[in-house]
Amino acid sequence: MASKRVNEILSAAWVESPNGTDLPTSLAAACVRALPVSGVGLALMTDEGPAGIIAATDGAAMELEELQFTLGEGPCVDASQTGRPVLQPDLARTAPLRWPAFAGGALEAGVRAVFAFPLRVGAIRVGVLDLYRDRAGPLSGDELTEALSFADAATLVLLHAQAGAPVTGAVPVLDERAEVHQATGVASVQAGVGLAEALVLLRARAFAEGRPLRDLARDVLDGAVDFGQADDDG
Amino acid sequence: MAREQRLAEVFVELADTLVEEFDVVEFLQMLTERCVELVDTDAAGLMLDDQRGHLQVVAYTTESARLLELFELQRAEGPCLDCFATGRVIANVDLADSSSRWPVFTEAALGSGFTYSHALPLRLRRQVLGALNLFTVERKALTADHLAVAQGMADIATIGLLHERALHDQVVLAEQLQAALHSRILIEQAKGVLSARAGISVGDAFSRMRSHARRAGLHLTGVAEAVVAGTLGHEDLQPVTGGS
Repeated sequence: MASKRVNEILSAAWVESPNGTDLPTSLAAACVRALPVSGVGLALMTDEGPAGIIAATDGAAMELEELQFTLGEGPCVDASQTGRPVLQPDLARTAPLRWPAFAGGALEAGVRAVFAFPLRVGAIRVGVLDLYRDRAGPLSGDELTEALSFADAATLVLLHAQAGAPVTGAVPVLDERAEVHQATGVASVQAGVGLAEALVLLRARAFAEGRPLRDLARDVLDGAVDFGQADDDG
Repeated sequence: MAREQRLAEVFVELADTLVEEFDVVEFLQMLTERCVELVDTDAAGLMLDDQRGHLQVVAYTTESARLLELFELQRAEGPCLDCFATGRVIANVDLADSSSRWPVFTEAALGSGFTYSHALPLRLRRQVLGALNLFTVERKALTADHLAVAQGMADIATIGLLHERALHDQVVLAEQLQAALHSRILIEQAKGVLSARAGISVGDAFSRMRSHARRAGLHLTGVAEAVVAGTLGHEDLQPVTGGS
């Protein structure tokens, strides 16, 4: 995930939305500009389930987000439930069998392809990024890479939203090392919080101490840092 | 046991894993472990294309941070990365003699006590999906036989990734690769959770999750999910007791 492109996307969104509140909208708008798609939707999830649509670039995207939310079926619902991307390059061919109620609404709204990317970091599931297109056909390799970079950026933005941690500066990309994920698990037990919050805590502490996340993660695994202790102890 | 016989057993074991309700990370994990055993090496890791221009580690045989570092390094430099970029086997890299080609990687690999490094591509026609990395401690090159087995294992890994799927289906391949990467992250998170709850190392936590999965006939990913969700407590996950 720690790619240059994700960093560019996050920095650009921050420039457009410097108080942090409109970051999802800025991300969705940038995504629809960067990819040959006709609409982009962004839905938030919490531990209790789908928590609503937080950005949609146009009427059709909003309509289809709402439709899936109401019906409880569709590619984006499947992506969020299974945690796997659901890439549907030809809705007219595949959707009527798989999601009969959704298919009718989607085709009527002029949407011919949907690419739904679950926004997750392992067990942490924060939402779904949905790309809608008015013509059939798959994403090319480069387009898929770009879409995944937007999904990574959106994951980080929604992670902060879900953990109730307001974004106060450009969101840094995530260090993907195994130790970081292990330390997230350790910190969640120590601090008695969920994994999403634990990851946000780790990121915030690394940022505050001006050190790489992987170094802090190693200290957590070695027992040199304990998130069960009050912060001012150390 | 004769090597051929053991080899046949492993292939049956791997084939047996390729049933419905298949857990790709568990499969790749087993494959790296059998690779160390059959190919006469000391450590193995498997990296997959994250479709964002990087390789990500999805299976590895030891918890050593130094080994993980070797994989991470290869995001920038190393035989595994070159193997992935070219689709060619890069075997029997003598680390005493590779510092001009991969200075940082070579130093780190020597520092971890290895003398040889090997990388084999996971190939699907012209596309390279990832690479299998093997490390040897003893100063002994792999034979052509060993390398053939290792490439066989890499090919099985590719088949596993495409299990029950149309081989030409790029859409499904993308879905599968992304799911595998996230399953791996989930397992790492669960290792951390269990190690903190039970007061054990992340390596021990992994062994306990795996043996529980086997005993209970569950998938490793499912066990990891239950650990994270708190529906499977550490008291349910018994320490591994001798044998296998």
